Amino acid sequence: MAEIIVREAIAQGLREALERDERVFMMGEDIGAYDGAYAVTRGFLKEFGPERIRDTPISEAGFVGAAVGAALVGMRPIVEIMTINFSLLAMDQIVNHAAKLRYMSDGQLTVPVTIRTVTGGGAQLAATHSQSFEGWYASVPGLKVVAPSTPYDALGLLRTALKDDNPILFAEHALLYGVRGEVPDEHYEVPFGKAAVRREGADVTIIGYSRMSHVAEQAADKLAERGRQAEVIDLRTLRPLDIDTVVESVKKTNRAVVVEETWRTGGFAGEIASAVQEEAFYHLDGPVARVGGLDVPAPYSGPLEAATIPNADRVVDEIARSFGI
Amino acid sequence: MKAAVNIDKAQVAEFYRKMLVIRRFEEASARLYMQSLIRGFLHLYIGEEAVAVGAISALGPQDYVITHYRDHGHALARGMDPKACMAELCGRATGSSGGKGGSMHLFNAKLHFMGGHAIVGGQMPIGVGMGLGIKLKRENGVVMVFFGDGAVNEGEFHESLNLASLWKLPVVFFLENNLYGMGTHVERTHAAGRDIYNFAEYYKIPSVQVDGMDLMEVHEATIEALRHVRAGQGPVFLEAMTYRYRGHSMADPVNYRDNSEVEEWRINDPINRFKMFAMGEGLITPSEVERIESEVAELIADAVEFARESPFPKAEAIYDNIYA
Ligand SMILES: Cc1ncc(C[n+]2csc(CCOP(=O)(O)OP(=O)(O)O)c2C)c(N)n1
Ligand SMILES: [Mg+2]
Repeated sequence: MAEIIVREAIAQGLREALERDERVFMMGEDIGAYDGAYAVTRGFLKEFGPERIRDTPISEAGFVGAAVGAALVGMRPIVEIMTINFSLLAMDQIVNHAAKLRYMSDGQLTVPVTIRTVTGGGAQLAATHSQSFEGWYASVPGLKVVAPSTPYDALGLLRTALKDDNPILFAEHALLYGVRGEVPDEHYEVPFGKAAVRREGADVTIIGYSRMSHVAEQAADKLAERGRQAEVIDLRTLRPLDIDTVVESVKKTNRAVVVEETWRTGGFAGEIASAVQEEAFYHLDGPVARVGGLDVPAPYSGPLEAATIPNADRVVDEIARSFGI
Repeated sequence: MKAAVNIDKAQVAEFYRKMLVIRRFEEASARLYMQSLIRGFLHLYIGEEAVAVGAISALGPQDYVITHYRDHGHALARGMDPKACMAELCGRATGSSGGKGGSMHLFNAKLHFMGGHAIVGGQMPIGVGMGLGIKLKRENGVVMVFFGDGAVNEGEFHESLNLASLWKLPVVFFLENNLYGMGTHVERTHAAGRDIYNFAEYYKIPSVQVDGMDLMEVHEATIEALRHVRAGQGPVFLEAMTYRYRGHSMADPVNYRDNSEVEEWRINDPINRFKMFAMGEGLITPSEVERIESEVAELIADAVEFARESPFPKAEAIYDNIYA
């Protein structure tokens, strides 16, 4: 058992794949000579050489499409899109192409591409650089969407991703790279579509993913001070989505709140809330609550930005408002 | 028309047959569309046959083809079965994609025919990536990427040329300049005028413009281009000047051009022109032409029959092959 940070966990998963399988190679902006915008691929260029660690032009549609093409002829590319904000320039390749080719060819084509990208706000990078689009991608059949929150999950889910034969969006939260946690020395994998129950409790279920699962745990701490026990669920993957674990929990607690960093309007939390109501309506003491990002473009100034992103106090307040506990 | 490369009688017959297969296939599919057996978008390739046949017949089995939605010609030239194609157009279970792709999305992975892509320009980075994959695997194939004049104003076009040249990838960029993107003439969309191949020079990609109504010229230029690419010297850009006789799709009433323009291009009809050339050179006889014509007529009639009689996909198929 070693204590490592998320950044190291991801680097380890990438290294393993590069070492194990010569069909694996990486492409992205500044992943090589610069060592990666978030330093995940530090030292990779020296270790694996420029053929497999390919610095690309700032050309998101170009290199994501190129990854799809390389996958079609038998390679297993890993792409790094510097941040999820820039993935919009490659959205055509991700949504119109990567996600569609297997279906439209009726199984003739396979697209084993893992797209790693950095999501989330909180670093005062303002409106164009602070967004969380993983929920959008999760609505697309043909894609899989992963959003780890701990070093254990980051490594375990990445191992699963890099063996999967489908296009995967792997969303790494910018503020989680330094989060520390225990990772076993022996090999393990974390399967897709299996949520983690981070904490058990009987009074309310708090559902989150990525950085918001940490916020959910902080909220649970605050509730515990008041003698209330929250169950905290970390979704880990948005597609496939483990709604069963959520529903099971809600049947026990009779109360649910979904916490999500992106805008409340059209957020993935709405999907969770809706599914819970469909599956567990008669178990609910009240409507499924949502705590989301404020419906504004992310402002730069520290206090303003902080006000847009859900935190533990807002979650606790929402639980009090909705359920009177 | 000239024949600088050696071409034998068997090849001449094959070229003629292939172009005719495409022409008759397209005519038949237009009829099936009028009968509502084919729905959705149907983009016909009539008039452009010399490009697909001249270019694709220069490839070997290790090479790959990827193209846009006006894809029947490329699919058939690459050797796809007209039955599987026609059934796909009719949305049948026996179609090349089991009815899930339709006219714009034909695929045959075994033949290295990688689609059939309906987002203008979208197939280009994918084709470049196929070239990258081939290069990384140390294989010796080449990727032929077809696209229209409409695609060259997309960012993906420029990103693709840049990447392919930067990384010296084995790619033949094949522009089919038929002068129109839907109803808009290239001179109204392209700041540098109609000679688009000039673009390639900026990216340090050797380029040539050919008469796309002349099969032999297309074929010879392709062979020359492949020589360059196979020698590991990076991509090549070919521009074939061509023309589609029909509207953009079956839904197009063609209000944007004069019929006299169409008639002028028809004088140079690629199939007729090739036939006259081949007969003039003594490479094909009138009776051989007649035989090919009746064989092709039968082949296409069979394909239509096959598609008509084929079942629609089963409801359960709807969830098949979303994921690997
Ligand atoms: C990105 C995108 N924009 C618009 C369209 C709609 N559209 C389909 S074909 C077409 C014209 C393309 O013309 P060109 O590339 O010259 O090919 P051609 O049809 O002439 O063979 C347009 C605008 C599309 N499919 N994709
Ligand atoms: Mg055109």
